[in-house]
Amino acid sequence: MGLEFTTTKMADAIAWARKFSLFTYPFVTACCGMEYMSTAGPKYDVARFGAEFPRFSPRQADLLFIVGTITEKMGPVLSRIYQQMAEPKWVVAFGVCACTGGFYQNYNTMPGADQVVPVDVYIPGCPPRPEQVLDGLIMLQERIQKHEGHSQVRYREEQALANKQEALAQIRLPAAGK
Amino acid sequence: MSQKILDRLLEKFPDAVLSTSNFRGDEVAIVKRERALDVLRFLKDDAECLLDMARTVTAIDWLGRDGDRFEMVYQLYSITRKHGVRIKVPVPEDDPTIDTCTTLWPGMNWAEREAWDMYGIKFRGHPDLRRMFMYEEFVGHPLRKDYPKEKRQPLIRREGMV
Repeated sequence: MGLEFTTTKMADAIAWARKFSLFTYPFVTACCGMEYMSTAGPKYDVARFGAEFPRFSPRQADLLFIVGTITEKMGPVLSRIYQQMAEPKWVVAFGVCACTGGFYQNYNTMPGADQVVPVDVYIPGCPPRPEQVLDGLIMLQERIQKHEGHSQVRYREEQALANKQEALAQIRLPAAGK
Repeated sequence: MSQKILDRLLEKFPDAVLSTSNFRGDEVAIVKRERALDVLRFLKDDAECLLDMARTVTAIDWLGRDGDRFEMVYQLYSITRKHGVRIKVPVPEDDPTIDTCTTLWPGMNWAEREAWDMYGIKFRGHPDLRRMFMYEEFVGHPLRKDYPKEKRQPLIRREGMV
């Protein structure tokens, strides 16, 4: 073992740490929940990907799993839960109902949870098999590593805007009278 | 099995019962709206019938049929006598009101709220007639056959979403 250190960008190292310690908030409203439990259980073992710790408070979670049908009445609740989560945060739509409304096309079903919260990864299926869920989770991890999550992009844009405003504030214009 | 309930109804309320039918053990009596509460009270208290449990109360929208548009359906059952009967009450479109049955079966409170929410049938004397499933802001009654099939009434949408 000659080489005992490596170098990387700070942001990449943080993203690497984040993608393997996702704290999930399962927002389970329907039958997809069974498949979520199967994924979390020992057979498919989502712990292999560092997401084994479901937190049942959105304030302690950074990954929102929308598992099941979202109705229009549920919209404000889901939006509030998303707002309560700490930054940076990611959202996975689990199953076709959360992705697009699925086979519901009626007065009460929201046509996709992305109508009220920004969704990073869509996992189709009715319900999706655990393999699909794990595939979606890996896609999310890649997205986190590339800093492409919705909340990561928003944070970067806000930082850029703040920096720009700070720089503009530094500029001193000559006084009008001189 | 419960044909005797129908016979007893016809004997007691010849003017209130519009018709009765019996299809493979499904006994149905169609009752006038004005006498519906009297009939239900009789069915509940009468020693022969003793229909002490209402399994469900719901409504039907018969849009476009001759006669009254709505129909209330009472599925009654006797736990002690182990027999049951179905009572149907036609309700007109221009005045969709009917007496509440929560005075007889308090458990039908939510069932009547659901019928109000979905079909817009008003229950006279109901203790708390609010919408059951839809939100306060919702306009109309979605299970009416003339409610547009895909009409949504969103409460909120994300910024930038169309």
